[in-house]
Amino acid sequence: MVELLPNEQAVVDLGGIRKAISIALVSGVAVADYVIVHVGHAIGRIDPEEAERTLALFGEMAAMDAQDAAAHDKVTV
Amino acid sequence: MKYIDEFRDGQLARRLAERIASEVQADRSYSFMEFCGGHTHAISRYGIAELLPANVRMVHGPGCPVCVLPIGRIDLAIMLALEQDVIVCTYGDTMRVPASKGLSLIKAKARGGDIRMVYSAADALAIARQNPQRQVVFFAIGFETTTPPTALVIRDAARENLENFSVLCCHVLTPSAITHILESPEVRQFGTVPIDGFIGPAHVSIVIGSAPYEHFADEYRKPVVIAGFEPLDVVQAVLMLVRQVNEGRFEVENEFTRAVTREGNQNAQSLVSEVFELRTSFEWRGLGEVPYSALKIRPAFAAFDAERRFALTYEPVADNKACECGAILRGVKKPTDCKIFGTVCTPENPVGSCMVSSEGACAAHYSYGRFRDIAIVSETASV
Amino acid sequence: MSKKNYIRPLDLKHGRIDMGHGAGGRSAAQLTEELFLAAFDNPFLRQGDDGASFPIPVGARMVMATDGHVVSPLFFPGGDVGALSVHGTVNDVAMLGATPLYLSASFILEEGFALSELKRVVDSMAQAAREAGVPIITGDTKVVERGKGDGVFISTTGVGVVAEGVHISGRNARAGDVLLLSGTIGDHGVAVMSKRESLEFETTIESDTAALHTLVAAMLAAAPGGVRVLRDPTRGGLATTLNEIAGQSGVGMVLEEAAIPVAPQVEAACELLGLDPLYVANEGKLVAICSPESAAAVLAAMQAHPLGAQAVQIGVVTEDAHHFVQMNTSFGGRRVVDWLSGEQLPRIC
Repeated sequence: MVELLPNEQAVVDLGGIRKAISIALVSGVAVADYVIVHVGHAIGRIDPEEAERTLALFGEMAAMDAQDAAAHDKVTV
Repeated sequence: MKYIDEFRDGQLARRLAERIASEVQADRSYSFMEFCGGHTHAISRYGIAELLPANVRMVHGPGCPVCVLPIGRIDLAIMLALEQDVIVCTYGDTMRVPASKGLSLIKAKARGGDIRMVYSAADALAIARQNPQRQVVFFAIGFETTTPPTALVIRDAARENLENFSVLCCHVLTPSAITHILESPEVRQFGTVPIDGFIGPAHVSIVIGSAPYEHFADEYRKPVVIAGFEPLDVVQAVLMLVRQVNEGRFEVENEFTRAVTREGNQNAQSLVSEVFELRTSFEWRGLGEVPYSALKIRPAFAAFDAERRFALTYEPVADNKACECGAILRGVKKPTDCKIFGTVCTPENPVGSCMVSSEGACAAHYSYGRFRDIAIVSETASV
Repeated sequence: MSKKNYIRPLDLKHGRIDMGHGAGGRSAAQLTEELFLAAFDNPFLRQGDDGASFPIPVGARMVMATDGHVVSPLFFPGGDVGALSVHGTVNDVAMLGATPLYLSASFILEEGFALSELKRVVDSMAQAAREAGVPIITGDTKVVERGKGDGVFISTTGVGVVAEGVHISGRNARAGDVLLLSGTIGDHGVAVMSKRESLEFETTIESDTAALHTLVAAMLAAAPGGVRVLRDPTRGGLATTLNEIAGQSGVGMVLEEAAIPVAPQVEAACELLGLDPLYVANEGKLVAICSPESAAAVLAAMQAHPLGAQAVQIGVVTEDAHHFVQMNTSFGGRRVVDWLSGEQLPRIC
């Protein structure tokens, strides 16, 4: 999100493209947050820490040996 | 593009795929169902099936709201446009779904119906404001992701007292879809569903959270892994499902932790329950009547319910006899099992709903996967 | 000789097209003279006839191509319907390996269309024609009632001449041939879409509309006989064009997604709108299919030309009875790149 607008709207930027969308469905979003947009509405915020953790997990899982497979940590809810 | 490109990394994908290949048990097959348009799309567009070992099969379930929309509902929308001079607004894919009398919304438009494609429910509201002398109906379809935006416009219309606006509500619920699959005739016949696990939908889970799936894991003893809609998310989720199956676990795991929490988006959920309530029963195309699976507008907002305003009565219409959409949506048949796939029924001339939306199993297979059906003798020089 | 009465000049600032302008009388003649001829001015038009006559070399093979232009909106970043109508037909002629010589232009104007806008369109056409070196030598104007048109629809027809020994056709592709693309895809479609009211997004992407005949000439000169197929991927995008050629030639194709250039903003816009750049229209790009021996020379010639600076090899032609266009995805998978189903968005060209 790059700019907040009145009436529960905001401007989002994706790779240089800017578009106005509704943020009425999410609370507490601020400029510089990343949001997931669907049919013109932000429906959720992306948690940057979790994003990093997920990417790290991909890398880890990809690099693991067959022997380590059984001993891996589960990612649970 | 941040949070997008990193989740499409081909190198990571290859290694994750190798991981999966090393962990699958050679003597069994794995069948995983996804029921999320975003996942169907990701699998098709990125060619994920190629990366997975031959004994892992991805099945497209009823994740496409357009595909489960019954003919009778589209007939209502067409009738409103052609006979009542209503401006009917809807999302893109709904326009091409085949309905009765050889019509669809796009064909009705060609006959003079004022039917407009919108990208968001708010656009429909804007059209109502700009055309105070005409009736405007928003033909609302979709699972739990699209429902909150519809709730929002109904609430806004009520606040503004916008008398010429109403909604034809055909929103359906994901958990009901899953239950229906798990309780399908095949279960009674074979004693089990030919599905080993589920990939939980991306956007829907952002809204409803991961809690609703716990019931399925417990009751039916099938693992669920909620996955993001980027291709790496999907491949990772497959790995997690393979592990659960191998280890005999049936839990709800969340791969999409960056956007999905256990509780989901509570703002959106309370808005939805303020405006909508459950229908006792609703017909799903290909699946028949499903109890407590869809929403209707609450009496408090009755003024914006198109079914009440126009005194609409729903008439069920049977699907074409040759169409196998029902079985395909339940994951028990493949598109290629349908006699009319690719011949009579194509994306240009869809007979059933699975061929209409790019997220439908048949359309996805036709557009992206047909080449796997045929052995192609070709020399591909390296580029 | 009759005395010439005073005729008030067209009000190009505030005037509008009315039914009189299409009636063929004085009003129409005035429109032709003060607006169209003033912009296109050349010896052919100065003759004042309803058609134009020109000589052709003895034994020459001629090419003719035609295009209708109904783009909405009329003006978009990087271009307008006028420029499109010139470039589009010049390109169609060039894609057959011909040197474009002349254009004709036919206008269907809507009653009420502002003369100031028409002038903008016509001036843009004149400039495009001048820069391409292809004059508009004959034309026609009709007017339809308000509500029956959309400002202006333009139809252009072009003629050109093909040199001896040049045989370019969609039927010529053979297994083993190389697929070349002249630059980034999706620019035009995204630029037009950004101006559609219902979509409303801000971008700095401009349409790539351009006349490609000099690029084609350079390519043909670099490898005589080596270029087998040329086509510009307009409506339906690169995917549609490749499927057309695959069908015409009875071959298959395999593309490398990683090689296909897409500008970051175009990628983002497509992401936002749920579109695939492979299906988005282009108006200043071409696809060439060449023999393997000539590919390097053709590619070098493309890269040396301003309109081909980002030219790249994107795939190969294969033996395939089913005429599939397949693609190795950057993700590591493989998929079919099929014909476009339905329409992505209307009125892009």
